[in-house]
Formats: sequence, structure tokens, C-alpha cells
Amino acid sequence: MIGYLLRRVGGALLVLFGLSIVVYGLFYLAPQDPAVLTCGKGCTPERLAEVRAAMGLDRSVVTQYGEFLRGLVLGRDYPAGPDVRHCPAPCLGYSFETDQPVTALLADRLPVSASLALGAEILSLAVGIGAGLLSGLRRFRLLDRLVNGLVLAGYALPVFLVGLFLLMLFCVQLQWLPFPTYVPLRTDPVAWAQNLLLPWIALAVIQSAAYARLTRAGVRQTLAEDHVRTARAYGFTERRIVFRRALRGALVPLVTLTAVDVAAIMASAVLTETMFGLPGVGQLLVGAVNQIDLPVVVGVTLLTGFLVVVANAVADLLYAAVDPRVQLR
Amino acid sequence: MIVPRRLFGDRAFLTGAVVAAVMVLVALTAPLLTALAGQDPTTFHSELLDSARGGVPVGRFGGISGEHWLGVEPGTGRDLFARVVYGARVSLGVAVSALLLQLLVGVGVGVAAGLGGRWADAALSRLADLVLAFPSLVLAIALLAIVPQSWPRPALLAVVIAVLGWGGTARITRGETLSLKTRDYVAAARVSGAGPLRVARREILPGLAAPVLAYAALVLPANMIAEAGLSFLGVGVRPPTPSWGQMLSSATTWFRADPAYVWIPGGLLFLTLLAFVLVADGVRRVLDPRQSELLR
Repeated sequence: MIGYLLRRVGGALLVLFGLSIVVYGLFYLAPQDPAVLTCGKGCTPERLAEVRAAMGLDRSVVTQYGEFLRGLVLGRDYPAGPDVRHCPAPCLGYSFETDQPVTALLADRLPVSASLALGAEILSLAVGIGAGLLSGLRRFRLLDRLVNGLVLAGYALPVFLVGLFLLMLFCVQLQWLPFPTYVPLRTDPVAWAQNLLLPWIALAVIQSAAYARLTRAGVRQTLAEDHVRTARAYGFTERRIVFRRALRGALVPLVTLTAVDVAAIMASAVLTETMFGLPGVGQLLVGAVNQIDLPVVVGVTLLTGFLVVVANAVADLLYAAVDPRVQLR
Repeated sequence: MIVPRRLFGDRAFLTGAVVAAVMVLVALTAPLLTALAGQDPTTFHSELLDSARGGVPVGRFGGISGEHWLGVEPGTGRDLFARVVYGARVSLGVAVSALLLQLLVGVGVGVAAGLGGRWADAALSRLADLVLAFPSLVLAIALLAIVPQSWPRPALLAVVIAVLGWGGTARITRGETLSLKTRDYVAAARVSGAGPLRVARREILPGLAAPVLAYAALVLPANMIAEAGLSFLGVGVRPPTPSWGQMLSSATTWFRADPAYVWIPGGLLFLTLLAFVLVADGVRRVLDPRQSELLR
């Protein structure tokens, strides 16, 4: 168990390390020079050299990358004119564009993306498990077909298309909802949910179908097992059999998927955020990428990579916790 | 020939196959079709726009007329039929080229890992895991943004999608190769002195065709979604080159004033994706009956 954990953490760190090297390296191969962009129009060679030094671009890639790694673990000091500016660990540097610490930018945007991903996941689970259970019990044939149709649509519908259609339907045609703007949860929970409703639905349309399919398969499989037959023979009520046995058996694979899916939604939230104009991490990335804002791009990539990697590890551990047959080695 | 007969008895597959074939045909004959319509995808027609209403096309439903079969683009007045048809070319072209690249790399790595020694297997499998663990959308955005504008975007998109997406193919190929390797006919070929290359080419690859094809059929629509998404974000195909994702991206600023501009590329994208998913599902059910189907 301990050995497994160590290897798992080691593997996760390796992925993050690879990711950071790839992103860092890429921007040095890039033909655009961020210093030129920062320096702006009418840039003299002397001024350019100054800017380059201030941004740390005058040293070699390897040195810069080494300093970046050290800053991540220990924090680092930046020369800022006559003073020294200390960036505490985990230091991701300062945005080339706005000069704010990247960690602060990320902390600012993370609640938006987290609200989006968590809400969408809860909605998908509720709808997916409900529909999957009903359809697994073979009560309504129509529902069966609907789930089948939704599964197909889930593979064939890009999230931004669903979003666009939802916006046109609910905000333009019916005018039931305002155009989404982000309201923090603490400011006004009702407005928060109201504004995020359409993005949640857009994501859930695609995600819930997968859950419904899994739940249905699980319910049908469990209902055919011996212990259910035994329970029936003992005369337990159907309701007890369905909820205590069938549903429980079906939920095991879902539990493990949940963590992975939340991270996956966060990692691909950039499309939903752009579609609905939500100021999340994904939108930060799109903006930073257009300005060649290297520290921000590296920061966002590492953060999403971190979330995905952690979620995968959590999923594996959960799987072992929920299903005693699984042994981690 | 049991496979085709079973496929052609499948109504969902047939519908999907027909729609998909029509789309491929449209993409292939784009210049012919636009010549037939007497339009091209890049000419501006400002006389067809209502400048008082901010450049919305004159006339009903996006300015559909005998001249412009699907209306014109708001803001520029470019012919939508021509743009949609050329857009099909870009969308499908990128998805198919990316798929071919993915298969080339994925099958190559998978077979090498499956047939290679312990170390080769470990190294290649880790590499595939690494690629699978990357947040690919985020990385694709970063990759595409740093490349100069002058590079051909569609080719670039295909490469980026392929480079970030070969992990799944490699994993499946490796698993299948490991199981094929233990079959008697492969052992027989080895004993008769066939080298690893010959074994890979003559004994393993034919056995891989069915499972890899079943998987690849689903990757194609996924690639189309990736292209559309990246173009939608503005890092993929950019105007004046049309693609369905690019059109949807510019449609986001127009959907209140000109809903037709969303429905046309959006509807086509959905229809085409659905067709390819139906085809993939049919292929999978026939080639790979053991595995759980998409629909059950």
C-alpha cells in the first residue's frame, strides 16, 4: 500500500515535470519574443535589453527553467528597480502582461472554474443516476430510448454548440434567463446558481448520458446476481432490493469516475467559459496565450495538469476503498 | 462476407453511413459545387447587408435567395453555402489527417511496445501514459498560439491533434499485440525464423485491423470536435479560411441578430458528427461484439 502510494506520487510528479518542460520549452522555440510585445511600439534596443533582463529572458533556457523550479518549491526573489520583490513558494512568477503574481491570478479565477465543474458534475450525477436507474429497471421503454439517444448525442455534441443553442433558446427566444455573468457564491447564492445554470446544463447534457449508461448496465448486471435472488427469496421488498443492492452495485464504478471527470471538466472548461463569458482559469489561458504571457500559460497548464493527475490518483485509491476485491500493488 | 451483410442490415449504421458519405462527397467536390452555385467563399457582398442594423443580411433567414442558397455571412456578406462547403473540406480534412497520423504513431508505438523487450515496453508505455495524462486541450491551445500566423493552420491543427491524441491507440494496440503474440501461428512464424519486423508486419498487423478500426471510428468524430473547438477558441483555423468551428466562433457575436448564422454551421456540424458516431457504433458492434457497445 505504502509502496503503491509512493510509486503513484512519483508517477504523478513525473507527468507534471514533463508537462512543465514541454510548455517551458515550447515558448522558447516560439518565434515571437515576449519582450518585444511588452516593450511595445517605438522600442529602442537599449530599452529592449532592459525589459529582457527584467523579465529574466537574457539567461539561458535551462537556467531559467531551473530557477522556475526552485521558485516553485522555495520561493524566489525578483529584482524590481532598487528593491527586491519576494515571491513566496509556490512561486509561479509574475505575469508579463499585468505584473501580478500568477498564483494570485489563478486563485482569483479558480472559484469560477470550480463552481462550473462541481455544479455540472452534481447535476450530471443526479440526472444520470436517476435516468440510468429507471431505465435499468426496464420500467419505461421511452426513457430507455431517450438515454440511448442522449448517449449518441453526447459523442456528437461539442459543448460550445450545446451552449450556443441553450443561449439562443433561453436568453434570446424565451428570455427566461439573463445572459450569464459570474456572481460569486458568497455575494449572492441565488444569482450565482441562476447565472451558472445554463453552463451547468450544457456540460450535463453530455456528461449525464455517460453516467446513465453506466448506471443502467450496473443495475441490470447486479439484478441478475445471486445475492439479489437470495434477497428476493427472503422476501425483502422490491424497494429495498433496488436501493440497497442494485443501486449500490451500480454506483461503485461511478464513484471512481467522479474525481476524474471533475478534473476533466476543469481541464476543458476553457470552451464553456469562452462560450458563456465566465472569467475562469480557461479564459485566463486564452487571454495569456494571445499575449505570449509565459508565466501565466505555464501556471494554468501546471494547475490543470496537477488537478488531472491528483484526480486520477484519488480515483484509484477510491476504487480500492469502495471495492474490497481490488488490491493496490 | 458476414461483416458487410450484418452492417447493411443495421438501419442506424446505414443512415449514418449515407449522411457521412454525402458530407465526404461535398468536401471532396467543394470547388465544383461552389462553381455550380456561382459563388466563392471569400468574396465580400456588402450590398446584401443591412448597414442600418449593424451588418445583418438583408432578407429572411440570413438572406437566403436563389443566388445565395444558404444566405450570406453577417458583417462581410460572404456566401454561406460556399463557406460551409469549403468548411466541410477543412473540418473533415483536418480530422482525417489527424486520425491517419494518430494511427501511424499509435500503432507503431503500440506494436513496438508489445513486441519489444521489457525495457522498451516500459519506456514506450510510460510515454503513452504521459501523453494520455496531459490536459490536451490546454496544451493544444498553448501549442497553436505560439506558432506564427503564416504557417498553414489546417495542417498544423492536424499535427497538434495527432501529437496529443495517439496515446489511446498505442494503449489498445499494445494490449492486442500482447495477446496476439501468444497465439500459435505467431509462435510458428518465429520458430521458422521470421525476424521481429516480419512478425510485426505479416502476423501481428492483420490481427490488429479489427480492434484498431473499431477504436479509430470513434476517434474521427472526436477529432472533428477538437478541430471545431480549437477553431472556436480562435487558435485553430482563422478567417478567411472557413471551417465549421471558425464559423461558429464568429457566430457567437451574431446569434442575437442573425440566428441563421448559428444554425447552418452548427446544424451541419451536429449532423455530421452524429452520422460518424452512428457509423462508429455500427462498425464496433460488428467488429468487436465482445466489448460493451456504445448503446446497450
